[in-house]
Amino acid sequence: MEPLDVELSEGELELPNDPMQVLMGPAHPAMHGTVRVVLELSGESIRKADVQIGYLHRGFEKMCERGTWTQCFPYVDRLNYASPLLNNVGFALAVEKMLGVTVPERCQHYRVALGELARICDHFVCSGAMAMELGAFTPFLYFVKARELIWDIFEEETGARVTHSFGRVGGMASPPTPAFKEMVRSSLPAALALLADGEKLLMKNRIFLDRLENVGVMSKETAVSLGWTGVVLRSTGVPYDVRKVHPYMTYDRYDFEVPVGTRGDNYDRFMCRAEEIRQSVRIIEQALAMMPDEGPMNVDDPRIVLPQKDEVYSTIEGTIQHFKIVMEGIKIPAGECYSYTEAGNGELGFYIVSDGSGTPYRVRIRPPCFASTQGLERMIVGAMVPDIVPTFGSINMIGGECDH
Amino acid sequence: MSTKVLARLEQAFGASILETHDQFGDDTAVVDPSRWLEIARFLRDDEACSMDHFIDLTAVDYLGRAEPRFEVVLHVRSIEKLHRVRLKARIDVSASDDAADDANAETALARIDSLVSVWPGANWFERECFDMFGVAFSGHPDLRRILMYGEFVGHPLRKDYDASKTQPLVEYRAAANEKLPPFDQHEGMSFGRQTHAQRPAARNLLGFETPGLGED
Amino acid sequence: MSSSISAAATTTLVLEGSEQGFATTRFEDVLNWARKYSLFQYPFVTACCAMEFMALASPRFDMARFGAEAPRFSPRQSDLLWVVGTISQRQAPVLKTVYDQMADPKYVLAFGTCASSGGFYDNYTTLAGIDKIVPVDVYVPGCPPRPESVIDGLLMLQDKIARGDRTAGVVKPRFDPVQLRRKA
Ligand code: SF4
Repeated sequence: MEPLDVELSEGELELPNDPMQVLMGPAHPAMHGTVRVVLELSGESIRKADVQIGYLHRGFEKMCERGTWTQCFPYVDRLNYASPLLNNVGFALAVEKMLGVTVPERCQHYRVALGELARICDHFVCSGAMAMELGAFTPFLYFVKARELIWDIFEEETGARVTHSFGRVGGMASPPTPAFKEMVRSSLPAALALLADGEKLLMKNRIFLDRLENVGVMSKETAVSLGWTGVVLRSTGVPYDVRKVHPYMTYDRYDFEVPVGTRGDNYDRFMCRAEEIRQSVRIIEQALAMMPDEGPMNVDDPRIVLPQKDEVYSTIEGTIQHFKIVMEGIKIPAGECYSYTEAGNGELGFYIVSDGSGTPYRVRIRPPCFASTQGLERMIVGAMVPDIVPTFGSINMIGGECDH
Repeated sequence: MSTKVLARLEQAFGASILETHDQFGDDTAVVDPSRWLEIARFLRDDEACSMDHFIDLTAVDYLGRAEPRFEVVLHVRSIEKLHRVRLKARIDVSASDDAADDANAETALARIDSLVSVWPGANWFERECFDMFGVAFSGHPDLRRILMYGEFVGHPLRKDYDASKTQPLVEYRAAANEKLPPFDQHEGMSFGRQTHAQRPAARNLLGFETPGLGED
Repeated sequence: MSSSISAAATTTLVLEGSEQGFATTRFEDVLNWARKYSLFQYPFVTACCAMEFMALASPRFDMARFGAEAPRFSPRQSDLLWVVGTISQRQAPVLKTVYDQMADPKYVLAFGTCASSGGFYDNYTTLAGIDKIVPVDVYVPGCPPRPESVIDGLLMLQDKIARGDRTAGVVKPRFDPVQLRRKA
């Protein structure tokens, strides 16, 4: 290193005027540990930026080619770890699309309710982390507390706090617990109250607003051609939400709004997330009301769904059926299909190719935040270094998903 | 709904559309790779198609199952008309490449036109595809690896890349192998919990007296 | 006179303990005792375990109770490196650099299965356990580990620090092949 006490001449200070290169990340706290941005700075404004991802590449697609279709679920879970259940459901729907089965109505409402709870968590984490990176630690604690309330429900339902691996082809791993509806109904108001508290802290905070408003602006057309989806796209004013535009499961039966922004800046993205939390709560309420308390959870097809445990232990058919599904995997008809759902960050697509065996030939995930992170460069060039933090925070880049 | 798109494509490009189907409700057209860029541009600009929303671009490796080996798969949709289409092109590792000999088979590339000029969003997706499959996109402004590091050799998602073949960047610690068995009785167990381990009953529980294996 | 009284008062205060017995200790022990309650941590957070790490830092589980409160985002100011999440081959040099930059004494806690052993990502891109490149003091298994088990791991680390034990941890195989051979 150069000595720090360089002799400064008394005359006019000669400042170097060639651009300076700065590496930001991947161990930078605001970069979520997984992104490096190579900046070329002139003073404090950014002249060039190169966003480098891939620090969390875990070979999801390769790993999926090695097990059965059911064994993909744990990997799918860990893609967007802020909302694993949405990924579970997305992947299950993709495989079901190839099988040509539809899960019973009770399961659909259950999936919706769990998925929307996961979406709420996702938005809480994103907004909270973004606030924390801007120095607002208290709202972060509020949001994490709200998330904790929802995790309690998940833990009760699925047995795990974060990575549930709860989806199955043709249903869910287990039916809802008797207390499910009650738990959700009592937790959601508390979570909403925490959201309101957090918002109150943030929305009158000059620093927070100044760092969000008109920072990281993205135009409609560019966003579309970049392949943006989800909240980031809606913040620019395009009302594209898979749940509304191409309804899947029972989404066409719920009454909910799709919040859109106008300017496509960080503020809009933040507000869209907050509003989506409220809309999700509405969806959950309706889903709970429509969900029957009795009825089958899984499709009635012994080739797809594992038999009951007592059957496995007491009947030969059950044992064989169990053995077949576990050892050989569910046979998926040969072909290819692309199935897409609205995940926390946008359109989560699975393009799967089957060769008719129990092992996927190819599972391709279309990660929503891969496309959004791609746009980061355009948003920060010309801005200042501190603008990177809220902009990056507001696109909610999730390493596992973005880097596959 | 988007069968209209397929019809439109067939009408405009005729023999260049090699095959169409709509398995599982996804409209698909397999096209001639040499007209890949042209067809993509048509999809975006044509009034009836107006596929402005870029969704996904990837590849599939059908090694030993189909010739040509790679299939580049593009998904696009239209914001306004709400229809989607999947476009596929089959390409092979080009023999004319400088890496024609067998030793370089791992790094030999397949080639197709880049779509970045049509949808800027294709940029990273093509880089990923290049990284994972070794499909080179001609005309791409910045074709680098994206998920793997520059030093990586080969393309991990190709079917002939061994999934467990690592290429470490940092040398592994020699000390990692320092501790080989036999282990001390309490090693690997709770560190500070000697209070437990000192109790004879607990010692049998935590200790290393594993009956069964190797005994009979 | 008055000055001597006040001096006596001061002395009494200091010596109060001596009348009820006093403790001697070694300097290192005091140092270790101090160290174990003031862990300045550097969270090297990459993947899904981060979600659980957030929960750990937040009010319900509150890591701060154990003296591991202040995160320092500079490796030079910290002495406990949490490796939270999967470390890919690409990330490995970064982790190594961070570790090398930390000042002694430094401790490493592997949070989650991925950091400990690579977890179920047994493939071309994942580092099979950070102990391949940096020595690890405590491994906390779990995918992700529950906050309780992390706290348990933290307490273990504190025990270890208090004992002045600086040997790297080992993951013992379930069956020690050498001992089995001896038995046979
Ligand atoms: S241990 Fe599990 S939860 Fe933690 S980073 Fe690895 S895969 Fe994710």
